[in-house]
Amino acid sequence: MPINVLMPALSPTMTEGKLARWLKKEGDAVKSGQVLCEIETDKATMEVEAVDEGTLGKILVAEGAEGVKVNTPIAVILEEGEKASAITIAPAPSAAPTPTLPRDGGESPIAPNTTTSPSPVAGESRGGGMPASDGRLFASPLARRMAEQAKIDLGAIKGSGPSGRIVKADIDAALAGGSARKAPAMSPVAASAVAPTPMPVASAALAAIGPHKLIPLTTMRRVIARRLTESKQQVPHFYLTIDCEIDKLLAGRAALNAKSPEKGPGAFKLSVNDFIIKSVAVALRQVPNANASFSDEGMLIWENVDISVAVAIPGGLITPIIRRADQKGLVQISNEMKDLAARAKEGKLKPEEFQGGTFSISNLGMFGIKQFEAVINPPQGCILAIGAGEQRPVVKNGALAIATVMTCSLSVDHRVVDGVVGAEFIAAFKKIIEDPLAMLL
Amino acid sequence: MAEQSFDLIVVGGGPGGYVAAIRAAQLKMNVALVEREHLGGICLNWGCIPTKALLRSSEINHLLHHLDAYGFSASNISFDIGKIVKRSRAVAGQLSGGVKHLLRKNKVTVFDGQGKLAGIGAGGVRKVVVAKDGKPVADLVAKNVILATGARARVLPGFEPDPKRVWTYKEAMVPPTMPKSLLVIGSGAIGIEFASFYRNLGAEVTVVEVMDRVLPVEDEEISAFAKKAFEKQGMKILTSASVKSLKKGADSVTALVEQAGKTLEITVEVVISAVGIVGNFENLGLEGTKVKVEKTHVVTDGYGATGEPGVYAIGDLTGPPWLAHKASHEGVVCVEKLVGIKGVHPLDVSNIPGCTYCMPQVASVGMTEAKAKAEGREIRVGRFPYLGNGKAIALGEPEGLVKTIFDAKTGELLGAHMIGAEVTELIQGYGIAKTLETTEVELMHTVFPHPTLSEMMHESVLDAYGRAIHF
Repeated sequence: MPINVLMPALSPTMTEGKLARWLKKEGDAVKSGQVLCEIETDKATMEVEAVDEGTLGKILVAEGAEGVKVNTPIAVILEEGEKASAITIAPAPSAAPTPTLPRDGGESPIAPNTTTSPSPVAGESRGGGMPASDGRLFASPLARRMAEQAKIDLGAIKGSGPSGRIVKADIDAALAGGSARKAPAMSPVAASAVAPTPMPVASAALAAIGPHKLIPLTTMRRVIARRLTESKQQVPHFYLTIDCEIDKLLAGRAALNAKSPEKGPGAFKLSVNDFIIKSVAVALRQVPNANASFSDEGMLIWENVDISVAVAIPGGLITPIIRRADQKGLVQISNEMKDLAARAKEGKLKPEEFQGGTFSISNLGMFGIKQFEAVINPPQGCILAIGAGEQRPVVKNGALAIATVMTCSLSVDHRVVDGVVGAEFIAAFKKIIEDPLAMLL
Repeated sequence: MAEQSFDLIVVGGGPGGYVAAIRAAQLKMNVALVEREHLGGICLNWGCIPTKALLRSSEINHLLHHLDAYGFSASNISFDIGKIVKRSRAVAGQLSGGVKHLLRKNKVTVFDGQGKLAGIGAGGVRKVVVAKDGKPVADLVAKNVILATGARARVLPGFEPDPKRVWTYKEAMVPPTMPKSLLVIGSGAIGIEFASFYRNLGAEVTVVEVMDRVLPVEDEEISAFAKKAFEKQGMKILTSASVKSLKKGADSVTALVEQAGKTLEITVEVVISAVGIVGNFENLGLEGTKVKVEKTHVVTDGYGATGEPGVYAIGDLTGPPWLAHKASHEGVVCVEKLVGIKGVHPLDVSNIPGCTYCMPQVASVGMTEAKAKAEGREIRVGRFPYLGNGKAIALGEPEGLVKTIFDAKTGELLGAHMIGAEVTELIQGYGIAKTLETTEVELMHTVFPHPTLSEMMHESVLDAYGRAIHF
């Protein structure tokens, strides 16, 4: 029997990806463990290894094909003695792959304190109702009528009935604040190939403005666009800004870096950002209610402090995670961050290294940005935006003085973190960052 | 004794157990089925099936006594209760043989004996020992065990069954002679079916029901309709009444029945006790496990899981409704869930139809009117009588009612309640409607063939919206 190679799900939330490159040609011998092709997901490039031995009989999805649904056959491996004529599968059209059925996500229990959640593609699970290739939405007549009466968009509901059909229970759940607006990452893959874009922007309409170059959207760009749009539309943001004096931090950093061995495995060079990561983690331990996510089932207060740090990479950005940053020393944080950032730029992060995380930091200080507000990375509750540390006049004891000041702005999801909690957190952060020795307490 | 290893052991070969075993075999499991008595269980051997054979005979008797209406005449009509029973047993025997064949076809290994949980073996497998008449038959191990041992008649103290004077369903199914008079205690499905059977064969039948109406789980309107129909046939019905004691005589038994503060003395040849069932939870080795038993029934989640890992329970051994088709469906759900098939849903109890094969037949699915009102719903109720249906009149079956209950706001079919000829064959139409979540609109748009009894199902829906054509 010829063996189908299926588009793998590289993460629990992945529903589609781009087939970046074939490393084997049709007719090539394939051994278990050999790399067949590379798949580009929203944020990473992953290698797909062969599990079976044989000959690569047929490539069904061409190199460069985008939006290839998980579980779509992408190639066929022939076992010994089999001929290509044995292949009976209809090649999946690479340009418009047949949508695969969404998995039944309704059964996954909500598991707080696990690392399932805030993945960059988490937004995939929103929307649903399983539109078929012809755009038909499967819903029972009763569900349709109830949705109409309650003015619920069926497209926003995930069906739990046979083959993803929307049934009464799904509407009931939506009305009770359930599945329709379930915290996205809590349920794995739900998939809508045709997730309703809130505001379609047609390039044709823009083309009239003038000569331009059209850069095709990468998977990552689409995810950034959708998720951040959703975040701004659905998450009630508010912002808290505070100035932090970091002269003591800079002095401490210099002193610590001076202790590093010149060379060798023990060498380190701590950055201001490493101190910020550690300070945020310690502050979250002090104000645990800021380490939280909103879901319709309740507010999830995360037990681990996993800090997502925004890193610019070619074509976008990614948020690798320093897990349990509160329990790690500065040197460890620093080394991990260097490693993660380097691999992020190469697109070599593993999904678990950037999916999850309970709190984000975005730092544009190195570009001289004085202050900015970041967009929350759902389903996380907060993101801290760090500006440049610069010398500014400050008033101390009634006299002007010079201090190195860094302005930090916290963007907060008001559904889960209220103003006072946010203020307590940012005050705790300020106290630590201004007096880094306090971290030791 | 060498241990025999399986993927799944099913204890009990009734409609829950054997269906679970076959479904598991279809899903490539190596399955053992342990049955102590008859494949097919009570349903097939001492319940649903043989009673249907008996009731068919009593229906024929009824028809034979109404031949004139159809243009026939016959004299010296008589029956042989022995032959009627023999036919009923033959039907059960044939079907039990069929189950045996189905299990063999699906490569399910059947063990004749009583299965009992016997702790956990190496690698966390469940042990089940099988014994017959106290002698060990086999030692089995499997990762998962489904208990499907069913239930038996509840026996109240002072009402212990004996082959002559006090019967449960089991004795009532194989009467040695035709009793002239009977007292039936309990007017649930089992009690009423036997009352109907014996009444239609000419016995004097009195039914005593502790609740204020017969068939107490049915819609009140249906209960009232049924009571009238039974009384018209000559059945005596005492509701809100209870049997206090039985005194057995040489050829009779005298019951003291209390109703509205008064005590009646009723002397009959035979008493049939049909006061419910109890689960067969004993001798299953449940002691020391986390399996929870409440009022003789095993507590499970929607997928048959008990508190004990690897031990599942389905059917009458678990909670109500105690119906064969519920057991079978639970068996399938349980197996599919433990195999990990996606999209398995627990059984929705509100979509399980119930059928009683008395005369006239009764069938229902979903909520009664009282229940819908108690939930505070605004409802629309449709009714259509058999009297308005051409096919019913042609059949000579003008007695009956089809009642439908809709949620006024959403148009959800909340319940359907039917009484009359062949309603047990009709109810699944509403069952499909409920499972597919149709509203009144789809039911109205459905074309029902003419002339059929099913047209009444259409008309009842139309009536709920003030649109009935033929009444």
